[in-house]
Amino acid sequence: MPDATGLELIRQELGDAVIDTSFFREQAQLEVRPQNVREVLAALRLQGYAFLASLHGVDYYPHEPRLGVIYELLDMARVDRISVKLRVPSDAAAVDSIVPDGDTLEGDGDGHLGWPAANFQEREIYDMFGVTFNDHPDLRRILMPEDYEGNPQRRDFPIGGEPIIFTYNESPTLEGAE
Amino acid sequence: MEVKRERLDAPGPGEAAGSAPVDPGTLRVRQMNARQLLRGGEIEGLTPAIELERNEDFDLERHVEERVLTTTLDKAVAWARSNSFFPATFGLACCAIEMMSIVAARVDVARFGFEAFRASPRQADLLILSGRVSIKMAPIVRRIYDQMLEPKWAISMGACCSSMGVFNNYSLVPADKFMPVDVHVPGCPPRPEALMHGVLKLRKMVQDDPDLGWRERYDAVGTEETLRGA
Amino acid sequence: MSTPPTASEYRRREQSITLSSVGEQLEESASGGEDETQELLTLNFGPHHPATHGVLRLLVTLRGEVVHDIKPIVGYVHTGIEKTAEDKSYWKVIPVIERMDYLAYHFNSLAYIGAVERLVEVTVPTRAEYLRVIHMELNRIMSHLVWLGTSALDLGAISMFWYCFREREQILDLFEMSTGQRMHTRYFQIGGVAEDIPVGWAEKLRGFVARMPKSLDQYGDILNSNEIVLQRLRGTCALDAETLLSLGVTGPLLRAAGKPWDLRKAQPYSCYSDFDFKIPIGTVGDNYDRYAVRMAEMYESVKIIDQALAGLPEGPYITTDRKVALPPRHELATSMEALIHHFKLVTEGLRVPPGEAYYPIEGPRGELGCFVRSDGSSKPARVHMRDPSFVNLQAFSQMAEGAYIADMIATLAMLDPILGGIDR
Repeated sequence: MPDATGLELIRQELGDAVIDTSFFREQAQLEVRPQNVREVLAALRLQGYAFLASLHGVDYYPHEPRLGVIYELLDMARVDRISVKLRVPSDAAAVDSIVPDGDTLEGDGDGHLGWPAANFQEREIYDMFGVTFNDHPDLRRILMPEDYEGNPQRRDFPIGGEPIIFTYNESPTLEGAE
Repeated sequence: MEVKRERLDAPGPGEAAGSAPVDPGTLRVRQMNARQLLRGGEIEGLTPAIELERNEDFDLERHVEERVLTTTLDKAVAWARSNSFFPATFGLACCAIEMMSIVAARVDVARFGFEAFRASPRQADLLILSGRVSIKMAPIVRRIYDQMLEPKWAISMGACCSSMGVFNNYSLVPADKFMPVDVHVPGCPPRPEALMHGVLKLRKMVQDDPDLGWRERYDAVGTEETLRGA
Repeated sequence: MSTPPTASEYRRREQSITLSSVGEQLEESASGGEDETQELLTLNFGPHHPATHGVLRLLVTLRGEVVHDIKPIVGYVHTGIEKTAEDKSYWKVIPVIERMDYLAYHFNSLAYIGAVERLVEVTVPTRAEYLRVIHMELNRIMSHLVWLGTSALDLGAISMFWYCFREREQILDLFEMSTGQRMHTRYFQIGGVAEDIPVGWAEKLRGFVARMPKSLDQYGDILNSNEIVLQRLRGTCALDAETLLSLGVTGPLLRAAGKPWDLRKAQPYSCYSDFDFKIPIGTVGDNYDRYAVRMAEMYESVKIIDQALAGLPEGPYITTDRKVALPPRHELATSMEALIHHFKLVTEGLRVPPGEAYYPIEGPRGELGCFVRSDGSSKPARVHMRDPSFVNLQAFSQMAEGAYIADMIATLAMLDPILGGIDR
């Protein structure tokens, strides 16, 4: 991991895209503004963090902004990890997708390389949390059925399941069947 | 608890007290006869009149229909069916690995004649549902079960498809909700020996009564069944 | 709730798939100067299919017998493990999270436990670390054996299945002896392992370690120079390391392409830095390299187990911090604090300070990471498993493009996807 001072240096280079840094249990984390995620990741890629290890969503209910997306980046040459977090509110949950290359995006011909590793993982966040990713090549549900309604991983989604039937709550219709 | 001891030359269960013991009179033969009676078969040497004497309201017709396989041909067909299940390859999750273990050499399912796992459901007659059935998968399991030809049986292997197992949440369906299951094998995952026990139990059930009565249980017509009361 | 435009678009496309897409394909092939009598065929593989490793559904677009495109559709064994984990206290999550990637259960639990231990900041005694490593390497061998058995089955070498499962039964006997269960052993606990190894286990393990390389030699004799295996695996579906890295692929697939990246050596966790072992890497990145890398990894795992067993230190098998681990049962009769700790741990669970941690380890299929977010209560607020098979599956389409269907099946076998991990 970059240590605390390295993290501050990175923050200075990225400018005002970074809202906050945290160095917790020797893990470096940058919190960035949702609209700047592509630039931040491109800049980190130039610094060496070229491998997207993981991309996952978190629901910070009841703290707002509620939905978080965390990008874990890895620098294989120096064996460094850094995570980038962004938080969006649940009513405006849209983030730029990092999958497409810069030259396939209209108006954003910065020549950024895309991160194809994020493809399935962004779809999973869309499925589980409801965060839409703009310009994702194929944004649809991946784990739940295509026509499922609801975002299961949100904290206010009920866990569901079958009620466990004991003798006191055994319903009369079930008594006849084996 | 009082233990009732009986003399060897005492009268048997179907005879009046004080009467002479009926031939065959040794304890071993009486045990074999009792076992045969429990299985629903007929006893050589004892006429059904003995059973009628025991219970005045006894309906011989019904007894014969329900528990006695009237023809040897039926018995032979049931024996053949039960000794040659063709399981469908239907491994879903962790239980599938233990199902693969019963095909392996230690708990060898080929000893019993069940090693011919068919890939196509049209050729299979036993569906071993091994693993967790998610809501996305449930219609597909049902479709495969429908594609199997009669007679067909289903074993729900593991806790996840029998009940909800370890995961009682929004994404799983217990198998009983959408298809009739004949044997549930508990465990997470069940040992291969446990699954073997379940398969052999099914074999015993099929030997005695291939229909297994699920049509009556579920008010079924053809292959469509409904949950009673639903 | 209004459905987003993409969902209904998909439904419309799905319902009209026969007519419109064929028309487009014919136009496309006509304008490209291709043979106008050929068209693309979309074939649905699965989810119930003997050659899929679990319930994986593939929409394969074929031009004749050559694969044009593959779209994997997953989610058929989605169990909601991450949601269930939010509902249980921290140590009750361990059996739930173990069942994710069902051939690498010790790895799943170590990834989760490592993240929690990082949050709680508890040190694990060395004996527990060594026992963990032994069990994990046994699990790695077992996972590779199942992979080898089922992949050989896919290729047609059916008898390999029985040989591999014969060794697997020996490993499961060892697991049963030390933990009581064959699969999903619940052996790793927060702070150490659940209990110490019984008398005689080390002997049995030594016997296994002595026998295993000979069995691996046997497998090599059967498969390594077999002409069918060579023809089917050599030179098929290669993909270079650059593309794999951009797709997020790790593990034996990346090592087969030539990149020597293994978290056990690069970012050693647990006590892997104490052991001397090599990382096998391939040269070309085709299916044969992937096969060879996994075979070689089994030899290396045997070496690690040998060294770990030889150097197994004495000591406690779980941390003595009573706020994290249960006290031993004999203490409950004499010590009041032990009784109270036991009560609190069992009823409420341990309290973890708020924070987030991501703990990556090297599983049999690649980087297995666990992200745990804790909000200070006794239940985790978010548990996310970064499963290697889920990310590796993204590379499948590029690997099998331009290959025959049979090569696609062989590639799927060499990819080693475990649907439990993909779908969680």
